[in-house]
Amino acid sequence: MSLSPDNDGLNKAVQEPGIVLTPQQKKSRDHRNLAIALAVGFFVLLIYVVTIAKLGPGVLTHPAE
Amino acid sequence: MSFVTGTRVEPHISIAGPRDYFDLLKPRVMSLVIYTAIGGVLIAPGPINPVLAVAALLAIATGAGASGALNMWYDADIDAIMRRTRKRPIPSGRITRQEALAFGLTLAAFAVFTLGIVANWLSASLLAFTIFFYVIVYSMWLKRATPQNIVIGGAAGAFPPMVAYAAITGTVSLSSLALFALIFIWTPPHFWALALVKSDEYAKAGIPMLPTVAGPDRTRRDILLYTLLLVPAGALPYLMGFASIYYGLLSGALGLMFLVLAVRVYRHRTGDVANKIAMDLFKFSILYLFLLFAALILEKSLVHLSVLA
Repeated sequence: MSLSPDNDGLNKAVQEPGIVLTPQQKKSRDHRNLAIALAVGFFVLLIYVVTIAKLGPGVLTHPAE
Repeated sequence: MSFVTGTRVEPHISIAGPRDYFDLLKPRVMSLVIYTAIGGVLIAPGPINPVLAVAALLAIATGAGASGALNMWYDADIDAIMRRTRKRPIPSGRITRQEALAFGLTLAAFAVFTLGIVANWLSASLLAFTIFFYVIVYSMWLKRATPQNIVIGGAAGAFPPMVAYAAITGTVSLSSLALFALIFIWTPPHFWALALVKSDEYAKAGIPMLPTVAGPDRTRRDILLYTLLLVPAGALPYLMGFASIYYGLLSGALGLMFLVLAVRVYRHRTGDVANKIAMDLFKFSILYLFLLFAALILEKSLVHLSVLA
């Protein structure tokens, strides 16, 4: 006797391959992901550079001095 | 047992690449925005931090790109009708409207936030207002409602130098308003020259451009009137004392050529010759703005470099 009446349905769901991307869809997704990664990386770099530029020479001054 | 019954709906899986999203930003408009915004940066008095200026220009360009994406989201229906816009990412089916909306809103938020923290919140507010003006006031309201659409909507294209000036100085001045006035008055004769030639396309899409609604004769008259205003507006940087006599002479010569072409457009009203002259004016109007800002950028760069030296 099965503990869950849905076991058969669950097994079927596990066996189904789900959504399979075509090579073109997968390639487009990879390119989009790469573009997002580069954009986020560039944004982080921009904020870093702007922060340093705003601090100016004061970035090298120790607070205790 | 399944909880889902009936026909299975295939999910939408995008095949859009980064290039399609880049096209959503209207890169050619974006490059013009960067170009005029550089003018706004350089007319600012006093020293300019180059890192902060470049970062501010990037934020302004991104804001302009976001406006382009949101404009394409809203105008997808008419873009599909006109030959000039049919190949854009949404009508060609590469990107859905929802994707363009999400992309545009995200970029707009990032652009305004970035300009706020990089420069100041006055320029960020002006950028937010520019995006609002282009998308809500121009695209969603004026464009389909009145033949004066590009007269008022032209303000959206005229704001970038003012935003850039505010990013550097933290204020709005008469000199930045002069650059606003120059682009604002330049926009109607520039667009109407194109609309004279492409009036059938605009009529097919149901956009009430001036030649379609008021007729080509009225359009020719209005082009001439705005050109008469443009000649002194082009000379404003010299007249207000923040550009040299060389700029003044150039703006006078270019303004005179603009006027000659506008008179030719006014006089030749029929046939292929009329269309050709209107296209000549359209092309010259681009050259006009390009050269005026080039002169301003060049002489202001020299001033800033000599101060540094």
